[in-house]
Amino acid sequence: MAPVQTGAVQTALNRFGLGAKRGEAFPADPKHWLLDQFGRYDPSPPIIAALPRSPAQVAQFAGLQLERRDRRKERAADYKDEPMQPSMQSDAQPAQANPEAALYRPLRDSYIEAASTRMSLAGTTTTPFVERMVAFWSNHFAVSIDKVSVLGLAGSFENEAIRPHVLGRFADLLFAATRHPAMLLFLDQAQSIGPNSMIADVAKRRGAAKQPGLNENLAREIMELHTLGARSGYSQTDVTEFARALTGVTVSGLGRLGRMMGGEIGRTVFVPQIHEPGARNVMGKRYGQDGEKQPLTILADLASHPATARHLATKLARHFTSDDPPAPLVARLEQSFLATGGDLPALYRVLVESPEPWDSTKPQKFRTPWDWTVALRRACGSDWPARPTVSVLNQLGQPVWKPGSPAGWDDTNASWAAPDALIRRVEFAGQLAQRMAAIDARQLSTALFPDALSASTTQAIARAESPAQALSLLFVAPEMLRR
Amino acid sequence: MPILPANLTIDMPLARRHMLAALGLGGAALLAPRLAFAAAAETDRRFLFIIQRGAADGLSTLAPVGDSAFERTRGVLAEDFSGTAKIDGMFALHPALSGIGQLYAAKQALFVHATASPYRDRSHFDAQNVLETGGTLPFQLKDGWMNRLLGLMPGGTRAMAVGPTVPPALRGRIEVPSYGNSALPDANDELLARVSQLYAADPQLHGLWDGAMQARAMAGTEIDRTQNPAALGRLAAKLMSGPDGARVAMVETSGWDTHFGQKQRIANQLRQLDAMIGALKDGLGAAWDKTVVLVATEFGRTVAINGTGGTDHGTASMAMLLGGAVNGGRVLADWPGLAPGALYEGRDLKPTLSLDAMIAGALGSHFSLDPARLLTSAFPGSAGKPVDGLIRS
Repeated sequence: MAPVQTGAVQTALNRFGLGAKRGEAFPADPKHWLLDQFGRYDPSPPIIAALPRSPAQVAQFAGLQLERRDRRKERAADYKDEPMQPSMQSDAQPAQANPEAALYRPLRDSYIEAASTRMSLAGTTTTPFVERMVAFWSNHFAVSIDKVSVLGLAGSFENEAIRPHVLGRFADLLFAATRHPAMLLFLDQAQSIGPNSMIADVAKRRGAAKQPGLNENLAREIMELHTLGARSGYSQTDVTEFARALTGVTVSGLGRLGRMMGGEIGRTVFVPQIHEPGARNVMGKRYGQDGEKQPLTILADLASHPATARHLATKLARHFTSDDPPAPLVARLEQSFLATGGDLPALYRVLVESPEPWDSTKPQKFRTPWDWTVALRRACGSDWPARPTVSVLNQLGQPVWKPGSPAGWDDTNASWAAPDALIRRVEFAGQLAQRMAAIDARQLSTALFPDALSASTTQAIARAESPAQALSLLFVAPEMLRR
Repeated sequence: MPILPANLTIDMPLARRHMLAALGLGGAALLAPRLAFAAAAETDRRFLFIIQRGAADGLSTLAPVGDSAFERTRGVLAEDFSGTAKIDGMFALHPALSGIGQLYAAKQALFVHATASPYRDRSHFDAQNVLETGGTLPFQLKDGWMNRLLGLMPGGTRAMAVGPTVPPALRGRIEVPSYGNSALPDANDELLARVSQLYAADPQLHGLWDGAMQARAMAGTEIDRTQNPAALGRLAAKLMSGPDGARVAMVETSGWDTHFGQKQRIANQLRQLDAMIGALKDGLGAAWDKTVVLVATEFGRTVAINGTGGTDHGTASMAMLLGGAVNGGRVLADWPGLAPGALYEGRDLKPTLSLDAMIAGALGSHFSLDPARLLTSAFPGSAGKPVDGLIRS
């Protein structure tokens, strides 16, 4: 196929950035424009800083959980299935299926607020390359609002764990993501208890019906998804050992245990009473008992492991080239990671300075629904309603912070380029163009893609029967669907 | 949201979809027919694969209540079966599966237990890749086994992904369209026609658009915008009905990864699966008698309950064959037992039946294909032997 020819400016704007912004001058020096963004990036712009922080969100969730329990008690005085830790129990129910969904409306509202703020920022930012990396890492460390406990926290996760570290070291990003309440709740770490911990001993002596114990979900996904990658040599025993080491890392103020401990609500804490005693053996290395330092040392070793370097290099290269990224680019990224101790801007610099992402003879990436809607928003200008777009992303198949699995959204073309997905984009484009009909598609198309517009797109726009139809066609043109 | 495809939600107000009376087939006919579609399928037999993403717990779906270790190892999860009658000497079906239970009584459901793909580690993503590509190792094969199945069927056999995108099992040499219930307002026919022209010179978009137009024509004029499991079942039935309907289709479900509070969640998940099957059966009408539905997951879950009322990643699970064409009313299992010494790596249900061999046996009989040839094509490297007698003769 003949890919749309894009020059270096187009590559910088679309592949590295988030699409050209209406009314903004094109960069004279594309590479400099990308690298210069590192110095201009603001990890906490005012619209982000104005959003609620995670402790407040956890407190709200905990309050709603208690309210839910009280309502249940009122309804059934002899309610027999009172869970041992009622405030965590709602995790057991996906938000949609929860008959008490109305109760969680405040959490849903703050989710929509945070997601539409994310859209507004992506639509207006002057550091779009870094904003792309925020979304990349947020997806790498995916949390999902499938769980009601994450509903109010997903935005704060990105803003507190990802944004501050997107231009830092990978290890710091990993620490922040792993230890954020959203991750601890999403991957069930908050309730994982050492089988020989003090609390477990008490339960055993009392003959409690439910014996507290391990949950290995977070440990496994850190190794498989966040650091080493699948098939990189770790075993089930390593996963279980790591899970034992992680016990004690939890969120304050949640569940009976959390309330018992007292203190400030919604903080990541280490509770020695639920930590599994003893030394751990992970991937052939012994980690002595050192409280919270034990899991953190393991985490640090995972962060700098050669398998991690290979795993991250492959994902980054794929994001900026194609499904099967070129081996030399992967190798260059891997070497950079190992040489710099996981310095993220160094990796981004390798991407910018490597020839592969700029190769305009290779097929381009098919934009994900998120990338596509952001590109439309930037193309139209900032006076574009963010909130409805967040709802539309559900229909386009990529609801914000709701990937189907902890692996995050897939980054290959076949996952997004599909017949029904395409027709949904056309439907949305038609709807959006009605609202944006004041924009002249002929002018906009040449402003967005100077010297890079295909003849068929130019012709389709020129021959359109109405301004809105012309704009619809521009929105779904091959140039807009790919990056 | 549990059983719906992960990327569908029910947030949006419902809107009307005007079907492309004029454009539907007409628009597609304007384009070079790159999809392998004939006027009508040469087979009236149908196959639907419902994938359970997230590792569905076979021991909570079809419980080996006759195993002396069951109650002891399953704790709170055994309670679901306390008042439930066994369906044979060993197993009881989860009470949420009432409709599927009736199919079993009518000999239209066959359950396969302690089964697994060749994959033996515990990564969802690798395991789903093996389950869908039909390889023996993750990412060893590029295309899906259902696409290769299509390659063995008469040219022009229609296939369909019921959902917005095409899952890996259906990807490959033969382009397969996708269709799902969308709550977005329709684009008008004029715009659709112009988009066809816009994509005419772009091979990738041209192919996708062609598939989209075909799928819309197949979905018919009355569109149900409801997005729940029963609606998905109805939609699948609609897309598989009639002489031009799909003969091979796939539906994706998620939400089976029950690390936490499994008792409630699995009941909810299974209830939704049951509703989907019920709607599918009703929608297919008489065609149900010529239908095989496979329900399968990437691997099972730990035998023991974990510290948070759930189960962690395991190995063997169970699979279902449902439909009027199934020689059902029985459980196929070489039961390995739940005693500690019988478990795989001391924690999981041990796989004793090859899922690949079961699928190849069933679909070989169903579509009158040589099962051995189907096995080597769909599941190259599989060590099993196709299982005989799964389909009514």
